[in-house]
Amino acid sequence: MASIELRNVRKSFGMVDVIKGVDLEVRKGEFMVFVGPSGCGKSTLLRLISGLEDITSGDMLFDGKLVNALAPSKRGIAMVFQSYALYPHMTVYENMAFGLTLEKGHAKEEIRQRVEKAADMLQIRQYLDRLPKQLSGGQRQRVAIGRAITRDPKVFLFDEPLSNLDAALRVATRIEIAKLHEEMNQVTMIYVTHDQVEAMTLADRICVLRDGLVEQVGTPMELYERPDSIFVAGFIGSPKMNFIAGDKAEKYGCATLGIRGEHMDIKNDGLWEGTVIHTENLGADSYVYLDMGQEEPVVVRLDGAVTYQSGTVLKVSPQDERIHRFDAAGKPIR
Amino acid sequence: MGATFNLWKLIKWTLFYILVTFIVVVSVFPFYYAILTSFKSGTALFQINYWPTSFSLDNYFNVLNSGSFPRNLLNSIFVASVTVILALFLAITASFALARVRFRGRGLLLLTILGVSMFPQMAVLAGLFEVIRALGIYNTPWALIFSYTIFTLPFTVWVLTTFMRDLPVEIEEAAIVDGATPWVIITRVFMPLMWPALVTTGLLAFIGAWNEFLFALTFTANNDTRTVPVAIALLSGSTQYEIPWGNIMAASVIVTVPLVILVLIFQRKIVSGLTAGGVKG
Repeated sequence: MASIELRNVRKSFGMVDVIKGVDLEVRKGEFMVFVGPSGCGKSTLLRLISGLEDITSGDMLFDGKLVNALAPSKRGIAMVFQSYALYPHMTVYENMAFGLTLEKGHAKEEIRQRVEKAADMLQIRQYLDRLPKQLSGGQRQRVAIGRAITRDPKVFLFDEPLSNLDAALRVATRIEIAKLHEEMNQVTMIYVTHDQVEAMTLADRICVLRDGLVEQVGTPMELYERPDSIFVAGFIGSPKMNFIAGDKAEKYGCATLGIRGEHMDIKNDGLWEGTVIHTENLGADSYVYLDMGQEEPVVVRLDGAVTYQSGTVLKVSPQDERIHRFDAAGKPIR
Repeated sequence: MGATFNLWKLIKWTLFYILVTFIVVVSVFPFYYAILTSFKSGTALFQINYWPTSFSLDNYFNVLNSGSFPRNLLNSIFVASVTVILALFLAITASFALARVRFRGRGLLLLTILGVSMFPQMAVLAGLFEVIRALGIYNTPWALIFSYTIFTLPFTVWVLTTFMRDLPVEIEEAAIVDGATPWVIITRVFMPLMWPALVTTGLLAFIGAWNEFLFALTFTANNDTRTVPVAIALLSGSTQYEIPWGNIMAASVIVTVPLVILVLIFQRKIVSGLTAGGVKG
């Protein structure tokens, strides 16, 4: 139930500038995902919002009120950590109730009801008496989420909550978090990840960070269809967008031409020619890697299981309306 | 081939246990002999034998009924317990700061703490005596508590700092987000996780304070304020020329038994506590 505004926020650790002036607005009830390569400052930005780190300069506002110097517990936030960070010596119930017992003015009965309500939402009620060490990784992460829910926060912060889980559990928990966002649609959620699939599937809006600066903010589809830079174009989407330079790009009047693998067709009268290096067969679709004399192989995504012998020469054409043109500075030409 | 292999195995096995027996005998014999002597009486004391020949509790009755020994025992218990409580309290709070709070000169401070513990007792005895006189606690248990705490703290702080550094930062941060103050974090989150370290350092501090002799001799002046090690050393016989070996040995056994019991109680805790962590997968 809070909007968050960052105005020219900076953070330095000693001589190292990690966040170099971020302006950002997170709307009420929005699911915002911070995404970017490792070391881009996304976790630091989350920790600045949580209050676990102080900002070096700039302003941070929650609902229009300055919170620069406010302690984490006074900001109305709850945080879910990558390593779960459960208290190992407390039962699941005690873990979830700990925050409320520290706040004054909560009757025992009220605390019990809130813990049980949160436990029901996450289907962990039968584990309330157990210790964290008696739970599996997925269950622990749900307890950590439950602990956050129990505090009834205005802002929910997730710091790469799924990266310690195995692939199947990651998908299941991802869906659970999406459901949680629907149920708690008044709560603002900020989610840090380096996994762009999580970003695309969960976010209302994505904030792409690079080297301590915001590269682009927008809905997943905006970022996918209208990236503001070569960096965003390359970061969002899987497989990665192909970048083609040289003569082929010049014909389209740009320094670099971006085209996604799913927007290329193999045709007999194709525009470009390439040699098959490798084919990856995923069942529902296949990735064909072509050597076209570019720095990196060009990936073409095809429906269904298709296999080409390595060394086969194929002709491909980009779908003209799906082409992204970038100038020498990496900015789009529209 | 098989037979020689087994023979070699047997030889290795035998040599191993001969070595074990040797080490056990060498390290246990002094204690065994003290216990043996404590049960002897009269002239039997001066006959050398390695197995119990007579059994009498006379020495124990003598010691416990003689003058101030029970009082000395209580002094020792008081001094050692208060030292442990005080040292652990100071060390936990100090190590929280040293392990978790970033401040200028932290490394230097840690090294200084380690450096202080290198000084031999003898070197600081005179200075410490002045301090204790100035504080007006000479010849009271507080003089001993004060000096023992000073000498225990470097070790305690170092061990607890290392241990606290290894506790996951996320747990502390989760507690901060939950609204815990540093005091709540220390007492309700960290201390339950640190039981093994607390028990180990506490036990060592207790043993150190319990057995200490030099300070106890210097900072106390009469029978009622002495602790057990000094009292044992000053036990005198009926005449000037008699050293009451039987009483001394009985007193030593009485003094050692509580320590052995403490270690036996807590060593199980140490082992079970170490496995209680478990943060990640």
